[in-house]
Amino acid sequence: MTNSTTDWALEADGLVKVFGENRAVDGVDLRVRTGTVYGVLGPNGAGKTTTINMLATLLRPDAGRGRIFGHDVVREAHIVRQLIGVTGQFASVDETLSANENLLIFSRLLGLSRAEARAKSADLLERFGLTEAATRPLKQFSGGMRRRLDLAASLLAQPPLIFLDEPTTGLDPRTRGQMWDTIRDLVATGSTVLLTTQYLDEADQLADRIAVIDHGKVVAEGTADELKASIGTSSLQLRLADGADTEDALAAIARVLDVHGVLSPEAARITVPMTDPDRVADLLITFREAGIRLSEMSVQKPTLDEVFLTITGHPAEDAAEAARDSAQNQEVHA
Amino acid sequence: MSAIATTRIVPASERQLKNRASLGQTFRNTLTMAGRGLVKIRRTPEQLFDVTLQPILFTLMFTYIFGGAISGNVENYLPVIIPGILVQTVITTSVVTGTQLREDMDKGVFDRFRSLPIARIAPLSGALLADTVRYGIATVLTFVMGYIMGFRPAGGLLMVMVAGALVIVCSWAVSWIFAFFGVIARTASSVQGISMIVLFPLTFLSNAFVPVETMPTWLQWFVNVNPVSHLVTAVRDLVNSSAFGADAWLSLLGAAVIVAIFAPLTVRAYMRKA
Repeated sequence: MTNSTTDWALEADGLVKVFGENRAVDGVDLRVRTGTVYGVLGPNGAGKTTTINMLATLLRPDAGRGRIFGHDVVREAHIVRQLIGVTGQFASVDETLSANENLLIFSRLLGLSRAEARAKSADLLERFGLTEAATRPLKQFSGGMRRRLDLAASLLAQPPLIFLDEPTTGLDPRTRGQMWDTIRDLVATGSTVLLTTQYLDEADQLADRIAVIDHGKVVAEGTADELKASIGTSSLQLRLADGADTEDALAAIARVLDVHGVLSPEAARITVPMTDPDRVADLLITFREAGIRLSEMSVQKPTLDEVFLTITGHPAEDAAEAARDSAQNQEVHA
Repeated sequence: MSAIATTRIVPASERQLKNRASLGQTFRNTLTMAGRGLVKIRRTPEQLFDVTLQPILFTLMFTYIFGGAISGNVENYLPVIIPGILVQTVITTSVVTGTQLREDMDKGVFDRFRSLPIARIAPLSGALLADTVRYGIATVLTFVMGYIMGFRPAGGLLMVMVAGALVIVCSWAVSWIFAFFGVIARTASSVQGISMIVLFPLTFLSNAFVPVETMPTWLQWFVNVNPVSHLVTAVRDLVNSSAFGADAWLSLLGAAVIVAIFAPLTVRAYMRKA
């Protein structure tokens, strides 16, 4: 596989999708190397699902192009569909049918013979721990079971590229762990996985490379370590006793730690990227000398919120709302 | 969970790929989707209410209300009304195809169908094919009701079956129109609304219930070009005099034209709607 087009499982160049006024995806570039797990990290409404839908041939891009193993997602859509499996945020399975019937229908559609379809479905149900529930109507399935069935359905064709749109959102921690194991197993068999997530932790656990997406744009890209290095491995949360000291405190942070503290929306809390915990003592001494009193201090490991605060300068919760607002809002944030 | 697959996944570069679904694949995909439709009917038999009750109710009502007025008595009216009511009932049933398709498409499973390397038309053509079972039920019930009320078709059982098949084929073609509404409409109830507006003039401004000669001249013109009239005449010719005449051929031609226009339209709309 020295051919340059097959080195990349997925290439997206300047993908754009506009819904009315809202530029849901606004020029997304992605490169996913074959055989890796790629994480797309972002809050609700950042454009993750829309991006996946365009790359999975479910939505036509308004501009830009996407290629799957070198095949154009618009012009060679039918080829692309033979190379991908899609597991959406909402289980794409038939509620009125049983798990077994669902898998049988999908395998028959994929061209498997009746006997092959039966064997394959039974096999996947077994592997996903659904054998006992196989003939029960899906209405009785839990969220986790549904998600597993959905993933099983995506694997019937053994596609070389699998899209997982928020595979663990809404799952309990144990089921989430199982899902992570499944994803790791997939990669071990040679699959390439592109997954979206709202959790930095998940991207960290699974992904070889991560793109942080916000307002339809990729705002940061790199390995988990690179990203964390840019954010600071942890962050310092400070609450000032007197709000009037805010300016002075921010100035002191810039001077001592050489980083910009970010004010939380309610202006009561300052979040400071903490690249070197050793220098926090210096900061605290500086505060005492300047007479800036703290009411609360804590150290937090980076969460998606911090990634967002640091990379985009606005908190993650904003993004969904902001996406609905116009470009005006985006300028404020930028 | 154990390892997902022991066999390694075939890399993209080593796969044989085609950018089009072949005709054979289209056919197989359609059959699979039709099979899905049948399983769904088995799961929710209550969706068969309309095709069971309507033929019984309408046949009874229309025959006894109009029979005396139009043909002097019920017995003479039966050869006229049974073909009429059959066409009306079965074509009305095809509206449900559109509303059910709309409801079905709102579910997540259609996203998966769209992402599978299957013939684009299959989820639609399969659903429509499965619905011919519903038309079959309506057809059988209408003839059975007619028989109970004293209708003895001169053409015999074979011709009744040919006529039934003709009506089912034509209704399947017409159901593409409602499938199109089903795809473009936002809700199932709006599909019902639009479809009824199309359907009422088509079925009632025809020769299904009353002789054309009793209508004003301008209306006769429409009734005579109305495809429903041709289908009704074709069915009457078949069951009453065993004749597969020009009207039957015209009906088939009309059905072919409808499918040729609406099947591509529907599939295009379906593909655009994400």
